[in-house]
Amino acid sequence: MSDRVIHVEELAREYLMGAERVQALRGLTLTIRRNEYVAIMGPSGSGKSTFMNLIGCLDTPSGGSYWLNGQEVSRLSDDALARVRNKEIGFVFQTFNLLPRATALHNVELPLVYAGTSARERRQRAEEALARVGLENRMHHRPNELSGGQRQRVAIARALVNRPSLLLADEPTGNLDSTTSEEIMRVFADLHRQGQTIVVVTHEPSIAAHAERVVVLRDGRLDSDVRNAQAAA
Amino acid sequence: MPVFEAVRMALRTIAAQKLKSFFSLIGVLIGVTFLIAVVSIVQGMNVYMEDQFANRLIGLNTFTLRRQPGINTGNVTEETWRAWQRRPRISYDDADYVAERLHTPALIARYCADRMTLNYNGKVAKDIDLQGTEPSYFEIKNIGIASGRIFTPQEVRVGAPVLVLGSEIGEKLFEGLDPLGKEVTIRGLPYRVIGVAERRGTLFGISLDKFAVMPFRAPARRHICPLNILDELQIKAPNPDLMLTAMAETEALMRTRRGLKPAEENNFDLQNASGALEGWKKISTVLFTALPGLVAISLVVGGIVILNIMLMAVAERTREIGIRKALGAKRRDILAQFIIESATLSTVGAALGIGTGIGLAFLVRALTPLPAAVAPWSIGLAVALGVLVGMAAGVYPASRASKLDPITALRAE
Repeated sequence: MSDRVIHVEELAREYLMGAERVQALRGLTLTIRRNEYVAIMGPSGSGKSTFMNLIGCLDTPSGGSYWLNGQEVSRLSDDALARVRNKEIGFVFQTFNLLPRATALHNVELPLVYAGTSARERRQRAEEALARVGLENRMHHRPNELSGGQRQRVAIARALVNRPSLLLADEPTGNLDSTTSEEIMRVFADLHRQGQTIVVVTHEPSIAAHAERVVVLRDGRLDSDVRNAQAAA
Repeated sequence: MPVFEAVRMALRTIAAQKLKSFFSLIGVLIGVTFLIAVVSIVQGMNVYMEDQFANRLIGLNTFTLRRQPGINTGNVTEETWRAWQRRPRISYDDADYVAERLHTPALIARYCADRMTLNYNGKVAKDIDLQGTEPSYFEIKNIGIASGRIFTPQEVRVGAPVLVLGSEIGEKLFEGLDPLGKEVTIRGLPYRVIGVAERRGTLFGISLDKFAVMPFRAPARRHICPLNILDELQIKAPNPDLMLTAMAETEALMRTRRGLKPAEENNFDLQNASGALEGWKKISTVLFTALPGLVAISLVVGGIVILNIMLMAVAERTREIGIRKALGAKRRDILAQFIIESATLSTVGAALGIGTGIGLAFLVRALTPLPAAVAPWSIGLAVALGVLVGMAAGVYPASRASKLDPITALRAE
């Protein structure tokens, strides 16, 4: 039980688009265990973005339940969800989503600011996280002074700085060339080896190939859930 | 999020957009400039009026007994003026009567004065304030002697033709020669210079050193006052309380002497420094009453501008808000961030306003005789107003920001 990082049961989400009800997710049941490396795939409209928002605690389901690390989080208030995002989840976005005017160091410190960590510890942990992704020499650069790959590594450092139980990446290589993409995927592989639980949402099979397990969604339901022999090897 | 962090972040935002920030601050800046400058100038004016104007013209802890007020800072109607002219004048006997019966310890100086021309060896000093009085006058008016001496009570009694000159006349008439012992004439009457006063400076740019003092019984008295008549009796008490006692006593004595019935008004005037300033006090009260309104208008306008700027900032930084929320910012974190940013913006405006206000005050001090004095309370008030206006202006935009949905905000461009 304790090694279940994510457990969702009959998870559903509907939206009102004008007068029309859209069922983005129609009852999904899935478990992701500690130190798993999972790729979520599916065509557009399959519900994978909705699923990502739900497991990222950015949204709450309209039906079903979601346990994150054994805690039922599907009915929490906005502020409680903010706390969960801060402590349990590290986001990596397609567009990096760094604050443009802040240095790499300050960007990485941000989750610690909201966690209420003291300034000294914040700085020390942010420096460690940047060192982990090989950017100890770029700490005082702003995002526009960094390459795409470096920016994404800053974002990964930021995602890791609060030691989350889940690293959640949404098309992390979508804005990168193939060489840089490989570089980022190597960082993910390293983190996975160190015991980090990782979920990558992607539509690119070459990216999904790095994961040890591939979950495919279709029309808001689970389509397939397979072990990736190649990655496991 | 710690306040300090939010303030630093806000300052960084302001520094990144200097021109835009400046324009958004201008309302608060003007309001505060106005507050500081007007308070400084009016307060400086108050100090000036009390220290310089009233105390130097009338004297510290001193009041005058006259037929009519000697100093009028307010408006005097034609009618009042004519009523004053009908009053009996202050005679030598009035002065003796008061001087003999006053119980309060006080210095008393009989006094009359008029503009006269002084001649020395063909040189002429026109428009000199020729004052006939007693030795106590020098103490009442705090006039120091630079060289020579003042006249004695003896010389007053016999009406000796001796003169103490103001420093400017000494320089003008004798051009480097020692004035002491020299003979000057006033309307043909010869006078010997026995002393020169210390420099007294200027008041409203007018020299206070163009005077000559003689015993009030000296021969030229008939040119400055009618026979046996004085312009005023100057009475100086050791402290403000005793001055008021002496004033009340003098009033009672004069009413008795003039046989006034209880219902009748005084047909003489008693004036001290604060009485002389009544007109000015009315003006400064009006200024201080109008000031809050004027400052409030600029601050409301300034607040609305900042509110607008903050709404724009929230719209421009929707994505940033989304990022912060994704990373764990709670509603109140976002709320605090934007309120603090708004307050910081406004406080920077207030700080600049304090700077320009003080600058203006110093400019006034440098270019005019007014000693504009910056009041510390006005600076405190300005800072408080800056913070408050900023916070008030920030509440609505910040609340909009804090209610943004993180998913939508993250998708914004």
